[in-house]
Amino acid sequence: MQKTFQVTAESGIHARPATMLVQTASKFDSDIQLEYNGKKVNLKSIMGVMSLGIPQGAQITISAEGSDAADAMNALTETLAKEGLAQ
Amino acid sequence: MKKLQGIAASNGIAIAKAYRLEHPDLTVEKQTIENPAEQVSRFQQALAKAKEELKAIQAHALKELGEDKAAIFSAHLLVLSDPELVQAVEQKIEQERVNAEFALHDVASMFIAMFEAMDNEYMKERAADIRDVTKRVLAHLLGVTISNPSMITEEVIIVGEDLTPSDTAQLNRKYVKGFTTDIGGRTSHSAIMARSMEIPAVVGTKEATATIQNGDIVIIDGLDGEVIVNPTEEIIAQYEQKRAAFAAQKAEWAKLVHEQTMTKDGHHVELAANIGTPNDVEGVLANGAEGIGLYRTEFLYMGRSELPTEEEQFEAYKTVLEKMEGKPVVVRTLDIGGDKELPYLDLPKEMNPFLGFRAIRLCLDMQEMFRTQLRALLRASVYGNLKVMFPMIATLDEFRQAKAILLEEKEKLVAEGVPVSDEIEVGMMVEIPAAAVLADQFAKEVDFFSIGTNDLIQYTMASDRMNERVSYLYQPYNPAILRLIYNVIEAAHKEGKWVGMCGEMAGEQLAVPILLAFGLDEFSMSATSILRVRSQLKKLSKQEAEQVKNHILSFSTAEEVVRFVKETFHV
Repeated sequence: MQKTFQVTAESGIHARPATMLVQTASKFDSDIQLEYNGKKVNLKSIMGVMSLGIPQGAQITISAEGSDAADAMNALTETLAKEGLAQ
Repeated sequence: MKKLQGIAASNGIAIAKAYRLEHPDLTVEKQTIENPAEQVSRFQQALAKAKEELKAIQAHALKELGEDKAAIFSAHLLVLSDPELVQAVEQKIEQERVNAEFALHDVASMFIAMFEAMDNEYMKERAADIRDVTKRVLAHLLGVTISNPSMITEEVIIVGEDLTPSDTAQLNRKYVKGFTTDIGGRTSHSAIMARSMEIPAVVGTKEATATIQNGDIVIIDGLDGEVIVNPTEEIIAQYEQKRAAFAAQKAEWAKLVHEQTMTKDGHHVELAANIGTPNDVEGVLANGAEGIGLYRTEFLYMGRSELPTEEEQFEAYKTVLEKMEGKPVVVRTLDIGGDKELPYLDLPKEMNPFLGFRAIRLCLDMQEMFRTQLRALLRASVYGNLKVMFPMIATLDEFRQAKAILLEEKEKLVAEGVPVSDEIEVGMMVEIPAAAVLADQFAKEVDFFSIGTNDLIQYTMASDRMNERVSYLYQPYNPAILRLIYNVIEAAHKEGKWVGMCGEMAGEQLAVPILLAFGLDEFSMSATSILRVRSQLKKLSKQEAEQVKNHILSFSTAEEVVRFVKETFHV
């Protein structure tokens, strides 16, 4: 399953938001990927996420595959919304 | 036993075991190995140890420095758990049959290079994070120790070449009894930190790291600027006595905590403290300060990777104002540039940073950043007695511009229905000779002056205070400096304005009678100097001091001034 978001956070997905996303993703067994600007990285990899350098206004796509994919997607959606990162 | 002479940077006597701040050699050699499984397991063990260490440091940082500063360690921990990093290292060991050290170094270098190549200052800094954490794992693999000063659990004296802000941020006040460095002077970062931590320090010893080994017993004499390495029993006893005498004197001064600062003839001056963070307020109150004469806001901007938000700043200012319970708090707006850099602003290197794009010059240009700070200050103003001052003002036009921006932001907030105090005084630092000379004109428009002597002296004498070869020109008692100071005070008083001083000089024993004679209204200094100065002022008479004012102003050299003041006021 996959879902697309628009980044609303003023400074994009920087260290702190990236930390929170990776922490959330790492709780699940599913294979979770983050795609931006044609590049796809493992959402459980802090360096992968930060290397995308996602700015405000970016379109990002999260895809999850595995036994707990739905739960993972819900948790990530909630983190993005709660921290005012994306919608 | 060996004795080193340095600069007394923070007073008191400390005796404890030496702890060297080490930056060990982490050079890695490539080796072909037989048993990859063994190397993978070594790597995993080192990772686990590094994570444990980081978790402890994070817990400590959370407790001592707050959530904000601890956040960086969460990111560091994630780097160590990063599947991309861990898998790449394990694959390299298995496929190329190389030792764990080499595999880690190689993979980390690749990530570091990738971040460094990014066209974004922020991302470039992430390279430093990766370097930091991999160093930690490498150290475990190589079996060498890297210093974790935050993890010290016994009383120590820190010995280092110099202490950086990130070093000092990690020091635990409970165990660090003092420190000594090879380089630095009374106004260097390490010296200022020592005074704010209230621990004895001797800086600029030139050979502390070459002489002192881990575990050596070291005496730090922050009164006379001496460091004694492996003293005899006799010497230790002698210094224990000196320490007791100093403690007794401090206890005597402590009785003055709740007293007003009053001269022998009943004249009141205000003794205020200089602070860098809200945590310093505790020491300010414990030492009986009557206000804060300088709140250096740049610490809010340092040691991080992006600008502090309005909300973060508001919380910090509000905390300080509330804790001071209505006592005056003079906040200096961002004074960055010169020797204080913010990597994330990505400013070009300058030939003469002290004469360059810094402080108010930078703020008037980067207005968005400046306005954010002013809004935070204005919003906090209703929680106490706030006074705002602008640093490095050279011309009236700069002051007018800065004040106009402040008033604009105030109007906007009021229009939004946000409460803002109507009693905020707006003043300026006098640290550029042009402003000191033209003080009579400035005095018509400011609410107060605060004289910053460190910069005023270096600009007036044209002598870089970081350059040891011209340090003899750093002369607070040069008649040229004294005349400038007197000119500023006189000009302000003619317009009914008050004058403070927030440089090191305000707390110097020799300067106190001179400044009293000149009519200085507020003396702002390290919190630990306040009670000593209060006790000194109690024994001085304003009237008597005034009588020799013209005599002091008539000397032609600093030596003459010093000799006269020593004789006249028995300093």
